[in-house]
Amino acid sequence: MQPAEPTDFFSFFGMPRKLEMDELALEREFYALSRKLHPDVYSRASVREQAWSLEKTSQLNDAYRTLKDPVSRTEYLLTLEGIQLEEQSKNATEKARTSGVEKRQTVPAELLEEAFELNMLLEEAKMGTADDDLRGQLNTTREGLTARLETMQDELRAAWKQWDGGDSEATALMVDVLNRRSYLRNLVRDINEVLN
Amino acid sequence: MAEDRVVGIDLGTTNSLVAYMGAGPSLAHPGAPGKGVFIIPGEDGSHLVPSVVALGNDNHMLVGNAARAELMTSPERAVYSVKRLMGRGVEDVREELKLFPFRLAEDLAPGEVLRILLGERSYTPPEISAQILRQLKRNAERFFGAPVKQAVITVPAYFNDAQRQATKDAGRIAGLEVLRLVNEPTAASLAYGLDRKQNGTIAVYDFGGGTFDVSILKLQDGIFEVIATNGDTHLGGDDIDNLLIAVAVKDITGDLGVDIRQHPDAIQRLRSAVIDAKIALSSQDFANIEVDLPGGKQYQRKITREMFEQMVQPIVERTLGPCRQALKDAGLTPDKVDEVVLVGGSTRIPLVRQQVEKLFARKPHTELNPDEVVALGAAVQANILAGGSAETKDMLLLDVTPLSLGIEALGGVTAKIIHRNSTIPASATEHFTTGVEGQISVAIHVLQGERELAKDCRSLARFDLKGIPPMQAGLPRIEVRFLIDANGILHVSAREQRSGKEAEIQVQPSYGLTDDQVENMILDSFDNAEKDLADRQLIEARNEAETILTALLKGRRNPAWEMLSGTERRNVDELESRLHAAMDGADYQFIRRSIDELNQATMHLAELMMDAAVGSALRGKNMESTGVGEGPAAPHPIGKAEFN
Repeated sequence: MQPAEPTDFFSFFGMPRKLEMDELALEREFYALSRKLHPDVYSRASVREQAWSLEKTSQLNDAYRTLKDPVSRTEYLLTLEGIQLEEQSKNATEKARTSGVEKRQTVPAELLEEAFELNMLLEEAKMGTADDDLRGQLNTTREGLTARLETMQDELRAAWKQWDGGDSEATALMVDVLNRRSYLRNLVRDINEVLN
Repeated sequence: MAEDRVVGIDLGTTNSLVAYMGAGPSLAHPGAPGKGVFIIPGEDGSHLVPSVVALGNDNHMLVGNAARAELMTSPERAVYSVKRLMGRGVEDVREELKLFPFRLAEDLAPGEVLRILLGERSYTPPEISAQILRQLKRNAERFFGAPVKQAVITVPAYFNDAQRQATKDAGRIAGLEVLRLVNEPTAASLAYGLDRKQNGTIAVYDFGGGTFDVSILKLQDGIFEVIATNGDTHLGGDDIDNLLIAVAVKDITGDLGVDIRQHPDAIQRLRSAVIDAKIALSSQDFANIEVDLPGGKQYQRKITREMFEQMVQPIVERTLGPCRQALKDAGLTPDKVDEVVLVGGSTRIPLVRQQVEKLFARKPHTELNPDEVVALGAAVQANILAGGSAETKDMLLLDVTPLSLGIEALGGVTAKIIHRNSTIPASATEHFTTGVEGQISVAIHVLQGERELAKDCRSLARFDLKGIPPMQAGLPRIEVRFLIDANGILHVSAREQRSGKEAEIQVQPSYGLTDDQVENMILDSFDNAEKDLADRQLIEARNEAETILTALLKGRRNPAWEMLSGTERRNVDELESRLHAAMDGADYQFIRRSIDELNQATMHLAELMMDAAVGSALRGKNMESTGVGEGPAAPHPIGKAEFN
């Protein structure tokens, strides 16, 4: 039998596994728990209590860091639900690095054509012919991508609502949004590299 | 209580200070001894102790102003700015050392902590820093008329693990228990916040003698939460001095035909002269540099503020990048910052103030003495750690790690496991396995830094996970836990999950001292040596008592307990409470005697438990040696991880 421990980051804060979150309440709770658990409070306590405080505070900080960011919160919930995020997730990137196994790259269907054109532009720019015209095109593409990233926040929030309302199918939506999001972000990053 | 005093120390590149916060009102009465928070003056009454250490003629160590005098006459027997060498390897500092007059010991083994020659002997940077710390400790002890043994020491926020560990070692060598390392800009915000108690976002711009830091904090109801930090541990007033010296040396060689570099004492006079000029230029429009040269010549030069600003502009410029990065990491634009606080002597330079004001589009705070605010903040944190006071009871500091922690992955790339600006303590768990059948060890390379490739990051430590049970490739599952504590120092532990074996890994930073080395360096503090020993014996006795009492609790739940006679059980109960009483006292010999008695009295119980466990009569065992007492109190194996 395992001893009783907070089983996940949500329960650490006494919160249900829901994605729409009162971020101010989360912060308040984080501060309140910090006041109780932080090593500063146990500076004169026994070695054992100090070790406990260190352990608990590191868990608290890890939990807060994960939950306060909307994307990492979503990714975390998906992991809890046993859903493997696809190739574009940060996790997968790190894993590919650690293992040395090349990660799969699938381009979201709606972005296929655009990505193809962009890659042509990027290739051209890398050849050393980034004239003003080309830079202008890249800039416009970047603006378009950035705007699309913005709207994805809304898509993500819509999926949260479904999940919080009890629709477990919403996880598939979230996976889709996150994958497209990270694909777009990679494109933006590639443009930035060329433009800077 | 006198024994409990915890002081705050700013161990600076150029100057060091010690401060204390007593019960009573705040910064409003900085001078009143024992009240509020204040700097403890040295014997000469001055607040600043120059961070200079020299070996006097009688081979006595000189610290502070006395050492500075030595620096002018016998530079080869003195060392300054040693903070720039803390936690760094010889290769790291070769370039930099060209500008400093220090001589390094030549007989360094690869990976060894560098040593600086002073007269005949050589000293590691932590040993030299320890001399400064001991001087501050003495100043505090003289002021209070009582021993001071615990301290909070500040470090640049951008210090890496090795630099932090080196600072902690210096404290230990000086006979100080370092309760906490606090980041300098964060400490400054504590002193600042204590005075104002306002909610909002503040940026601390800390430009000191050798290091530059910028931190963005959110202050809310006494919580000081660092959102982002950035900096450069090799950028400070020293660099301005070196630039001015380089210009003058060129002048002198060209115009006067004197190669001043052959004359270390003349270089030191020049250094002193350019520092005076630099300081004067913060309040005047021009300054004169005059230096007597070897051979009776004199170097004279008038320097205007305009010329000065032109020269130092590139250095000031270098501080702006980290500021922008910190803002970006905090997800803020400059207009979202409510207040900007200036810290460090170099912020007295008008050009620096201008540039900061321009970047943040607001006038920075300059009311607090930029030389003292960090030490005062350290004293505030010391007060919090010592149990707090009415002034500090709501204050809590939440700091971050300045650099990402990573491990080297296949192909020499860095896989980040704890990102920079994560609130500390922070942890990460990674799983490793074997690549070859029967492989019994896995090498791990821990890195700190932001770069993609391992070779561009700072190597923190390399270690082997050894003693993995031979299995098929990929079958062992080794869980390694990385934990950055509240000091920003890394701890690593490992567990082989199939066998459940656990091991503590001692992370010996590259260019770090081992525990034994530090132990041997500890400076004699004859006045306290005896008491220290007694303290240690008391702690050890209490730990041992804890072990047997825990074992007894388990023993009572064993059926064997019921097999004892009533008299035996009453006897054990009696001796148990006697041991508890002994532990409350401070007489370690009494505790030891009580342990022995309880051990005797539980021998029969231990035998019965062993009998039950192995089914055969084993004689001569007592509670401790049955292994029943093994639990959290059992010592961890320190050293390389071993799983077998």
